[in-house]
Amino acid sequence: MSVEKLEFLERSKTFWNPGKTQAWQDMGVDLVIDRREGYFLYDMDGRRLIDVHLNGGTYNIGHRHPELIEVLNTATQRFDMGNHHFPSLARTALAEALAACTPGDLQYTIYGSGGGEAIDIAIKTARNAMKKRKIVSIIKAYHGHTGLAVKAGDSRFSKLFLSEDTKGEFIQVPFNDLNAMEDALKGRDVAAVLMETIPATYGFPMPHEGYLPAVKKLCERYDALYIADEVQTGLMRTGEMWGITRYGVVPDLLVTGKGISGGMYPIACTVVSKERAGWLSQDGFGHMSTMGGAELGCIVALKVLEIVQRPEVASMVRYISNFIRAGLDEIMALYPDFFVGIRQNGVIMGLEFDHPEGAKPVMKHLYRNGVWAIFSTLDPRVLQFKPGILMTQALSEELLQRVEVAIGQARREVFGTARRKSA
Amino acid sequence: MDAAIRNLVDISHTLAARRARAELMLERARWAAEVFRRYDRDTTQAIAAAVARVAFDKAGEYAEWAVKETGFGVAAHKKIKNELSSVPLVEHYRDWDFVNPRIDEVAKIVEVPRPAGVVFALVPSTNPIATVYFKVLSALMTRNAVVMSPHPAARECCVDAARTLARAAEKAGAPEAVVQVVEQPDIPLIEEFMRSEKTDVILATGGTAMVRAAYSSTNPAIGVGPGNAPVFVDGSANLKLAAQRIVESKSFDNSILCTNESVLITLADIAKQLRRELERAGAYVCSGDERDALRRYLFHERGFNVEAIGRDATWIAAQAGLRVPPKTRILVTPIDLIGVDEPLSKEKLCPVLGLYVAHGRAQAFSQARAMLRMAGAGHSAAIHANETQVIMDYSAAVEVYRVVVNAPCSQGAAGFATNLSPSFTIGTGFFGRSSVGENIGPQHLVNWTRIAYHKDPGEVMGDFSATRLRFAGPLPEAPADGVPGSSRAPAGRPPVSAARRAPGDGTGGTIISGAELREEIRRIIIEELRAALKE
Repeated sequence: MSVEKLEFLERSKTFWNPGKTQAWQDMGVDLVIDRREGYFLYDMDGRRLIDVHLNGGTYNIGHRHPELIEVLNTATQRFDMGNHHFPSLARTALAEALAACTPGDLQYTIYGSGGGEAIDIAIKTARNAMKKRKIVSIIKAYHGHTGLAVKAGDSRFSKLFLSEDTKGEFIQVPFNDLNAMEDALKGRDVAAVLMETIPATYGFPMPHEGYLPAVKKLCERYDALYIADEVQTGLMRTGEMWGITRYGVVPDLLVTGKGISGGMYPIACTVVSKERAGWLSQDGFGHMSTMGGAELGCIVALKVLEIVQRPEVASMVRYISNFIRAGLDEIMALYPDFFVGIRQNGVIMGLEFDHPEGAKPVMKHLYRNGVWAIFSTLDPRVLQFKPGILMTQALSEELLQRVEVAIGQARREVFGTARRKSA
Repeated sequence: MDAAIRNLVDISHTLAARRARAELMLERARWAAEVFRRYDRDTTQAIAAAVARVAFDKAGEYAEWAVKETGFGVAAHKKIKNELSSVPLVEHYRDWDFVNPRIDEVAKIVEVPRPAGVVFALVPSTNPIATVYFKVLSALMTRNAVVMSPHPAARECCVDAARTLARAAEKAGAPEAVVQVVEQPDIPLIEEFMRSEKTDVILATGGTAMVRAAYSSTNPAIGVGPGNAPVFVDGSANLKLAAQRIVESKSFDNSILCTNESVLITLADIAKQLRRELERAGAYVCSGDERDALRRYLFHERGFNVEAIGRDATWIAAQAGLRVPPKTRILVTPIDLIGVDEPLSKEKLCPVLGLYVAHGRAQAFSQARAMLRMAGAGHSAAIHANETQVIMDYSAAVEVYRVVVNAPCSQGAAGFATNLSPSFTIGTGFFGRSSVGENIGPQHLVNWTRIAYHKDPGEVMGDFSATRLRFAGPLPEAPADGVPGSSRAPAGRPPVSAARRAPGDGTGGTIISGAELREEIRRIIIEELRAALKE
């Protein structure tokens, strides 16, 4: 590590976030991201990393996508964030575009400045529509850190701030457990079920066949709305525009964030059907956000929607996901006692390691081998492995070449050189 | 969307957008090429044959479309060209092997074919469909991905034809997007494709400017120059047959092929007889005034009158104010000079043939060389003669890479009336500022890795006769876990039903079992993989 970086990390601990800064050093990841381009990150010491973390899909189409830079530059000649009180050309145009590409009769878009706020908006909208307070979510779910979203997620992030639910309004049930879901809903006092289509921070456990449609049916049966948190599963990452439609569910509300503006300008969106958006007519000033729906963000998001819907992209996703899966299967066969499973839908992948914190050494060795992927905070056996939807063939091959080496090294670190018997 | 916003979001005129457009198609093509190179020969040939069949069946329909869209040529002749560029093309290469290694035990060298990868192919407006067919099939025979870029004047028919062939290829098992087409080509976008590092080779057929641009792109290119074929009729020729063949060639597709005869050069002692035979075969030989009128009509100050390209003889005659018999197939214009000061000695993509009478073979050959100095170097020439020494002398004199003997040059140089490789992409070699001097074919889209042993006789070459390339074939479909029919888990595994739980048990329980099943599947996959790796 360079002297400059050491000094910088001290300043980071002094002025920014000592805990977070130190935690990465403890995990063997001394990354300070400087320059970035496409699917590459460059550490401040100049090292290049292939980014398969993408900050949760934010950089789905790559860092600093040239078309987004172009469109953002052009837009700054005319717009800034805008005044959120007033009708806006840009906000309306993005809302129209979202209405056109979201399933069912989703029509209105309410804007937040980030995913958490958009989840709060979804919860508030559902409560207003259903005149009920309870929200059901998944154990170890992650929906962000704002007031309501944080209550719907894992208590790790709420208890710290004494912000956990104390009134029994937020109920959590295990993923893939329809009995628990039905039990939670059958009192008919639930406003909405809030579901990440594939829970990301929990390491992408995959919904069982029929699970999500069955949850939607239960919602219908017990008068609850279905909120699809598509922040990490939307925008072609499953090979379809929205992950939820791959599972055959038309939600009542859909939340998108992160990748929607390609990491160039913050924006998040809650899309809701006319029927469920009563408050927009009742009191349109009911939710306000100075930065929510920033007009520059809207312009960039319009471009992102256009890019990801190009016919070539779905085909790229198929190639990338098939090729990387085939390569990972081969690597799994090399280290069958350590690398024990792959969860996958499109380019959303979770790699499972047979060790309680197996993904952490893998992350570290990937980092040393020039690949950046992050472990799942809420299930550290699983590495989140999120290639971009525009990955090139050459880069995909290079990625696999590095991953194979890194997993071998991580396995040796965890088990030593002795070969374990297969579990 | 409001126009103000649409204008902000539409950046299609910018370099960033053009580059992204080109790179997205080329990267997708790269994926297709990467998978295609894993295919074995039988599968590759079956794909090419299936696509050729579809192309053949649509040859007539697209011929008519091309004539309607471009105004060039004769639909019936284009149909023939299209047909020739489909099934017979694949048949011609049936015994070539672009997929398996070839072993030279004497030289102790094994050659392994390596497809180019991503071919960027330009299509001219004059031969649109035949070129689409030819380039697509050449790419498919050699396991390359191809991105077709049609000339804007023939855009619609080419886009449709390319899409039809792409669908046929995928239906026959080719990787997705192995054939793509640029649907809205314009020069800046095409330059972006040609310049991109993601293009492996440019297959450029078209105007000189486009071909030179291909060569200037920094990428490998196979570009071909224009033609201006001299045809020499010697005293040793069968004049009647020669005249018939020349008229047949010159009227074929209204002379739109770059291989058509431009000027007929003959000798004084047979000129009169040849002229009569030409007239019998359907030619109209112009008077001096008529020639001048034609020259005025065909050549403007800025060059050839594009209106006349690919039009038939009577139409052109009428435009130039000539009265000719309605059955006239070609117009013959006697000229006294070959050189820049006689436009009628230049390339004319219409059924107008110059006629120059020389005094002796030496003068004739020198006139033929003069034609090629102006244009058409490295391209084609024809001769009608029955003395081999004359044929040899003529062929050594003219700076071209194919000399067609006693055959129509249009069809002969293109390999349909001769045993040259069938092609409408005629390599003009070093004479014609090109990289290849033969008729372009699939063989030019493959390089070979040469495995070479020590030449020391003590080092014995291994026996490769049973050694095979590993053809992995298409990529297996990755699972979409939890999507019915897309998981690797057995289909139809029911989710845990609420009905199976005792009522009142509201604790939610643990994450459902299935872990065992999952473990089992994982084990099966690992076993399969291990077995596959051992092979």
